[in-house]
Amino acid sequence: MEELSLPCMFLEGRAELLADGEHQLLHVEPFQLVPLGGVSQLWSEVDITAEEEEEEVENLKSIRKYLTSNVAYGSTGIRDVHLELKDLTLCGRKGNLHFIRFPTHDMPAFIHMGSEKHFSSLHSTLCATGGGAYKFEQDFLTMGDLELCKLDELDCLVKGVLYIDSVGFNGHSECYYFENPTDAERCQKLPFNLENPYPLLLVNIGSGVSILAVYSKDNYKRVTGTSLGGGTFFGLCCLLTGCSTFEEALEMASHGDSTKVDKLVRDIYGGDYERFGLPGWAVASSFGNMMSKEKRESVSKEDLAKATLITITNNIGSIARMCALNENINRVVFVGNFLRINTISMRLLAYALDYWSKGQLKALFLEHEGYFGAVGALLGLLDSA
Amino acid sequence: MAERGGRGSGHGSLDKSITLPPDEIFRNLENAKRFAIDIGGSLTKLAYYSTVQHKVARVRSFDHSGKDIDNEPLYEISVQEEITARLHFIKFENTYIETCLDFIKDHLVNTETKVIKATGGGAYKFKDLIEKKLGLKVDKEDVMTCLIKGCNFVLRNIPHEVFAYQKDSDTEFRFQTNHPNIFPYLLVNIGSGVSIVKVETEDKFEWIGGSSIGGGTFWGLGALLTKTKKFDELLQLASKGQHTNVDMLVKDVYGGAYQTLGLSGNLIASSFGKSTTADKEFSKEDMAKSLLHMISNDIGQLACLYAKLHNLDKIYFGGFFIRGHPVTMRTITYSINFFSKGEVQALFLRHEGYLGAIGAFLKGAEQDNPNQYSWGENYAGSSGLMSTSPDVYPMQRTRSGTFDMLEMDRLERPLVNLPLLKDPSTYIPDTVDLTDDAMARKYWLTCFEEALDGVAKRAAASQPDSVDAQERAEKFRQKYWNKLQTLRQQPFAYGTLTVRSLLDTREHCLNEFSFPDPYSKVKQKENGIALKCFQSVIESLDSLGWEERQFALVKGLLAGNVFDWGAKAVSDVLESEPQFGFEEAKSKLQERPWLEDSYSQWLERLKEGPPHKCALIFADNSGIDIILGVFPFVRELLSRGTEVILACNSGPALNDVTYSESLIVTERIAAMDPVIHSALRDEKLLLVQTGSSSPCLDLSRLDQGLAVLVRERQTDLVVIEGMGRAIHTNYYAVLRCESLKLAVIKNSWLADRLGGKIFSVIFKYEVP
Repeated sequence: MEELSLPCMFLEGRAELLADGEHQLLHVEPFQLVPLGGVSQLWSEVDITAEEEEEEVENLKSIRKYLTSNVAYGSTGIRDVHLELKDLTLCGRKGNLHFIRFPTHDMPAFIHMGSEKHFSSLHSTLCATGGGAYKFEQDFLTMGDLELCKLDELDCLVKGVLYIDSVGFNGHSECYYFENPTDAERCQKLPFNLENPYPLLLVNIGSGVSILAVYSKDNYKRVTGTSLGGGTFFGLCCLLTGCSTFEEALEMASHGDSTKVDKLVRDIYGGDYERFGLPGWAVASSFGNMMSKEKRESVSKEDLAKATLITITNNIGSIARMCALNENINRVVFVGNFLRINTISMRLLAYALDYWSKGQLKALFLEHEGYFGAVGALLGLLDSA
Repeated sequence: MAERGGRGSGHGSLDKSITLPPDEIFRNLENAKRFAIDIGGSLTKLAYYSTVQHKVARVRSFDHSGKDIDNEPLYEISVQEEITARLHFIKFENTYIETCLDFIKDHLVNTETKVIKATGGGAYKFKDLIEKKLGLKVDKEDVMTCLIKGCNFVLRNIPHEVFAYQKDSDTEFRFQTNHPNIFPYLLVNIGSGVSIVKVETEDKFEWIGGSSIGGGTFWGLGALLTKTKKFDELLQLASKGQHTNVDMLVKDVYGGAYQTLGLSGNLIASSFGKSTTADKEFSKEDMAKSLLHMISNDIGQLACLYAKLHNLDKIYFGGFFIRGHPVTMRTITYSINFFSKGEVQALFLRHEGYLGAIGAFLKGAEQDNPNQYSWGENYAGSSGLMSTSPDVYPMQRTRSGTFDMLEMDRLERPLVNLPLLKDPSTYIPDTVDLTDDAMARKYWLTCFEEALDGVAKRAAASQPDSVDAQERAEKFRQKYWNKLQTLRQQPFAYGTLTVRSLLDTREHCLNEFSFPDPYSKVKQKENGIALKCFQSVIESLDSLGWEERQFALVKGLLAGNVFDWGAKAVSDVLESEPQFGFEEAKSKLQERPWLEDSYSQWLERLKEGPPHKCALIFADNSGIDIILGVFPFVRELLSRGTEVILACNSGPALNDVTYSESLIVTERIAAMDPVIHSALRDEKLLLVQTGSSSPCLDLSRLDQGLAVLVRERQTDLVVIEGMGRAIHTNYYAVLRCESLKLAVIKNSWLADRLGGKIFSVIFKYEVP
């Protein structure tokens, strides 16, 4: 369950307001045109009067207008316009799927907004997944008068990945990989056809990391997890550099030089360690140079941020690679908010998996990085209808 | 790299003074050769091979032709000098390296040494210094190769080398039985980074993976986060911290456990997940603890993944991150248990710090074929494992200024398992684990302390012609006393503490001060007296009916076993009543039914079953025990058509009969007794040595010749006699053939424990 808690962890929405384990809010447009709840289940369930219906439609319109006419909400809510899925058909209805995220620590503000905009009047169920679904359940009820329909986050994650991959990304491929990951000059991002996705190893990097082996639509298992995830990168960066946002931490990392911080194989052996076939550039000891006082005094915050990023990323790559070998799976899909705007980590994962497996393993990535739990929750609601 | 609190860092000012008398550290330097050195980040380990000249007691038969046999001693005892090989390993802080090199240079006599094997990260840094100081050429060896070689060596040669760590148990170290086959295993070396090596045979090993998150990460990142420079201090901080203030737990995310996955609310969801804020201050202790957990968990997880991929269940951990630090042994153990769900065990090594030096030494000594021999840890010369647990012995945490030593003696012959052990991998010689049993530990330590003055006195008295016997006896007394005090504090210092290890340590200490055989004269006299009674004992036995005779033989075996100078209750009697004899001993014995009594089954077996093919008998004491107890029994077996292998100790221990004494005694008996005579001639009676010099018996370390013979002769009966061999050890040993374990309990505390009284009899006949 390590992945639940990103720095800013989130809860999860429902038919139209889905927020998931990380920090996003998913909004399904078509359902705003119909009385809220948007799902047949609710149609039959809710026997409403004309006045009530009138009131609900008004509320719905106002919510829709608020969400679609803005790309930012409050100080931290953001709509990822570039990820919007257009003309998507869900349950026979066509519409656009919007992706909105906000940090989990702003959950009270979100609940407050929900209360102001009368979400509860919509006679609908709010589907939620991720740890926050449990943690904030009571707050939703008491502050927002909203009852959450809680769904298991790993179920949602798997469902979401398979769904988005199947519908594609507005005519483009959702899945991509890096060609020639070991060659900086020739490395390029290319679409990957994940038509027959099974089996695949799904590595979800949130604040912690969960690793799942997916064998079919309904058959997956959690192989393992690690507590060294996005939260560790961000947490250590805050302590080491005084930064205050994930974006800031990544920005610093992009300007740093981790080889000043880490001890490389060549720092110990003067070159490659031939006895064991270790290349000189490999990191022998993360932060190993920081054992020395002089070196501690000569590194910059940027170097430290970069080293932290490299350390965490390499470690995830290494654990994922071992799991892939143990499970005998050669496609590894990395998702989760840690990868958002994080090209350094993605390329490093692609590189590391290719290099250490001698080309046997392939690292794959998905455009909607951290939104799959939310998508899965939406689908869960449709299923249950 | 490591900044240590050694005093006076100016090398010149230290001059040639070392905190301990150097001749007690760099011992036997005169004959030293084949040096090897392993220089780590903060500690240097030096290894060399040397020969030790020490005294051994020899017995030699007189030529009795034409002499008055009655008034002559049975045989001649002489003390001779013997040279045996010993390996010395010394560990000290890098601060002392120059001083130590100077000392070695000054005392090194042997000039055939031209090179010194070197390994470890510091081998490069100190190369010039070593070459300049010692005038030897530095020959660098690969770190990992040395580590593995050293690891194989200790796994093979040091019983109780391996232990598991248990945090909440009375005994934090749980020692493991040496498995006859040490391969394959995984070695996870946690230095600044982590190396994971799969070892399949002596020479076949493979680096299968590693991780950059290791000891250097803890140290480097820890120093950045807490502004604490030293590794040990970081560990201390960590042991005081609360990681839950820094880490995000499952319950912080879920409000409780994540039940669908069965993940407890206390699990760490995200390491440092709570420090994702610029405005909060975190304590050094909490951050250090969180870092320690993060790194230990990560290493444990990777180790388990590699173990699973390669189908291995034994993982040995080493490297400076682990070395003697209960804090890290605890977190690594926890992590392995968690990730493997108990299928893999985290194991640690008592001499882990020496592996590199041992390996480098072995590389240099290949021409001496060290792997052909069996070696034994010398308890007298070795420092033992120190607990550095901050909670337990705060004084011993400061290791600066101390020197740690390991000495290993080369044994004359290779040692192997008794082929008749049912399951060698689970065989544990010792009956009571004194590390576990605090009451028993207290009793036996006191018992050995109280007996010490007497042992020292007897040692001095055994060498009346030596001018310095008194002085050496006093040194012996002091040394053994100190060992006992160490063991009171750290019962785990030499592996599992047992009555056997206490006895063996005493023997090693006696040898150390040139008392090779304090009981030689007593044994000589008692053998002489007993031989004179042999014929009359045989005559009276022969006059009995078959069934009566069988009982008399067993009673004789038991009565003979009363004569044990190792037992205080007996030695008091023997000191005060020189006339105490066989008949008196018989009268002391408990009447049947005995405390443990399967005599009827034994008798039934003799009566109904076919004669045994071959019996292996482990004899105990000299004198009445072997001559009037064991030999008549042997004679009866021979008469039944059973061949007999009589196994006696290779070296002296208390008044136990040695192999060389048994040769003379047997020769003498053969001269009187036609049955023994013809059995010897026809090789139906065979005398062998056990390979041991202990009053106890470890059936997993026996002379190879004995094992070969046992197999050849299709041995189907094993007789183990005496308190040391059948009660302190082997009481629960399970064999693949019939066995007899018999002893008289000559210690009232032990008798009480077993539910009997002093001189209670154990007669345990077991059929597989």
